[in-house]
Amino acid sequence: MGILSVRNVNKRFGGLKALDDVNLEVEAGTVHAIIGPNGAGKSTLLNCFVGRLEPDSGSVTFDGMSLLGIKPHEINQAGVSRVFQTPEIFGDLTLIENVMIPAFAARDGAFTLNAWGLVTTHGEIRARALAMLTDVGLADQAERPAGQLSRGDKRRLELAICLVQNPKLLLLDEPTAGMARADTNNAIELMKRIAGRGVTMVVIEHDMHVVFSLAEKITVLAQGAVIAEDKPEKIKGNHRVQEAYLGGAQL
Amino acid sequence: MRTLTLSRNDLILLAGYTLVVLGGPIIMAPLGAGYPDLLQKFVIFGIFAVGFNILFGLTGYLSFGHAAFLGIGSYTAVWSFKLLTMNPLPAIVLATLLGGLFAAVIGYICLRRTGIYFSILTLAFAQMSYNLAYSVLTPITNGETGLQLVQSDPRILDAAAGRDYGAVLPSSDLFGIPMNGYPGFYFCGVVSIVCFYLAIRIFRSPFGLMLRAIKSNQNRLNYTGLNTQPYALAAFVVSGMYAGLAGGLLAVVDPLAGAERMQWTASGEVVLMTILGGAGTLLGPVIGAGVIKYFENIFSAFNEGILMAAFDFLPEPIQHLMVNVTSLFVGEGWHLTLGALFMVIVIFLPGGLMEGFNRLSALVAGIVRGRRDGASARGA
Repeated sequence: MGILSVRNVNKRFGGLKALDDVNLEVEAGTVHAIIGPNGAGKSTLLNCFVGRLEPDSGSVTFDGMSLLGIKPHEINQAGVSRVFQTPEIFGDLTLIENVMIPAFAARDGAFTLNAWGLVTTHGEIRARALAMLTDVGLADQAERPAGQLSRGDKRRLELAICLVQNPKLLLLDEPTAGMARADTNNAIELMKRIAGRGVTMVVIEHDMHVVFSLAEKITVLAQGAVIAEDKPEKIKGNHRVQEAYLGGAQL
Repeated sequence: MRTLTLSRNDLILLAGYTLVVLGGPIIMAPLGAGYPDLLQKFVIFGIFAVGFNILFGLTGYLSFGHAAFLGIGSYTAVWSFKLLTMNPLPAIVLATLLGGLFAAVIGYICLRRTGIYFSILTLAFAQMSYNLAYSVLTPITNGETGLQLVQSDPRILDAAAGRDYGAVLPSSDLFGIPMNGYPGFYFCGVVSIVCFYLAIRIFRSPFGLMLRAIKSNQNRLNYTGLNTQPYALAAFVVSGMYAGLAGGLLAVVDPLAGAERMQWTASGEVVLMTILGGAGTLLGPVIGAGVIKYFENIFSAFNEGILMAAFDFLPEPIQHLMVNVTSLFVGEGWHLTLGALFMVIVIFLPGGLMEGFNRLSALVAGIVRGRRDGASARGA
């Protein structure tokens, strides 16, 4: 059994069957990509992992614990971090503050009434945050407000926010959407480095270049159902995938 | 005690605040505001606004009902005078605690919602408290007349200590020091310095950082493993305690409490103070409170006679014209001046008066640096 296991998940929005009996196993320490044409149900599936949506039936378990019916912050505290399609960061705060917040959350839990000690006296948290910023190449901008960053840098910052918590599972929703080619390649390098440390990753992606550079296993969704699941080189040659995803064109 | 040390800038801020408060009677004298009644209002409403800012300035939750806690603080303090003792210390401690208790209950319910719905809920609660104070709670609040001291109050602790106020109506005193006039102002001033110090601690703590994160991106905070609700509730309770304390101090310097203190206009006033001075800044709300109380007391006292004298140097028809125009903005019309000032600030300085000061100091610093660079360039 994998670290994340999705069994017979169904979700309906009115007359639309968004997820149709989806089964998925993510092995610990691997990069698992979920691809599929627009409207295939990729984001719906991801939202079922993080407490944003509740499936109509089926189960989602992470590390032996059900992720259904619990709040987003509880899922994060269990070790699941998420990167959003449009970077979700604290725009009014500085970069270092952006990364210190998750570091506090990882150390002190979901709520601590820590209103007396000053932030500056928590040197260990600051050091961790700064090391993380160095890791993603943003340390020189640590005291800048995060809202001023370029989109590519916001994405890096969001990765730093997630990684400083040492998550067991990292969920990435189109991590290179809207990026220029050079930025995309930088992001791939960064994600490869992260994967190299043994962090389990689930990536939803449109960009095939990104998917085939990163993924060790690919699940293909079409109209809410899993139509293929295999290693990247096998997926490339799969006829059903080419039918559904590429309209029959050769990859 | 390394954890007690503030950064250098914060120490300067605290020292500056302390100096201005303690030197208030001298500093405010040239502005015509150097008398104790107004100075008391400056520091008391300063406390109210500083506490409100911990909720609104940091988390972004706009409460329209904080006057309820101010009123609760006043009633609590007067009851403490009536039942326990005329000493202000138990009165303000109880006022703070009760303000916090009510804030915990009201906040718990209102924080089920965010944005405009949260504001409406707090407004509804405050109006409910106001109407209750006027009607069914009359045995506690004494309704329209307001809660007052009477000679026959039990004052258990004073009686136990063998203290008898005789035939006169007692007034609050701190171990023999009367709490009206300048001593009252200094008592409130010292309390406000402590409150200001605590606010600095909260601003600079991890807790304060989380509150700022709520305002910045609540969604991200949830997905970062933090439960935003208890943080917002804690901020609400802290601001409720500040409001309760401020209400208690109002009763200390003038021992009576009326329901009008809880009216929605009073809730709106603290919002104005905070925005006018600069929401989310430490000093802004205090300045905002000062400006509004100054206008309320000084501008409203201007009358035609004073204006006639002020425009005495002009030819008579112009003098009359000027008096007619300016009299709209003073006396009863002081709200007009305040409204105009508020509009100008919100439009041109969305960060409040503090943004104005910061821009001004940046401008001055820029000019100074420009001069120095120019000089060194010539030197080279």
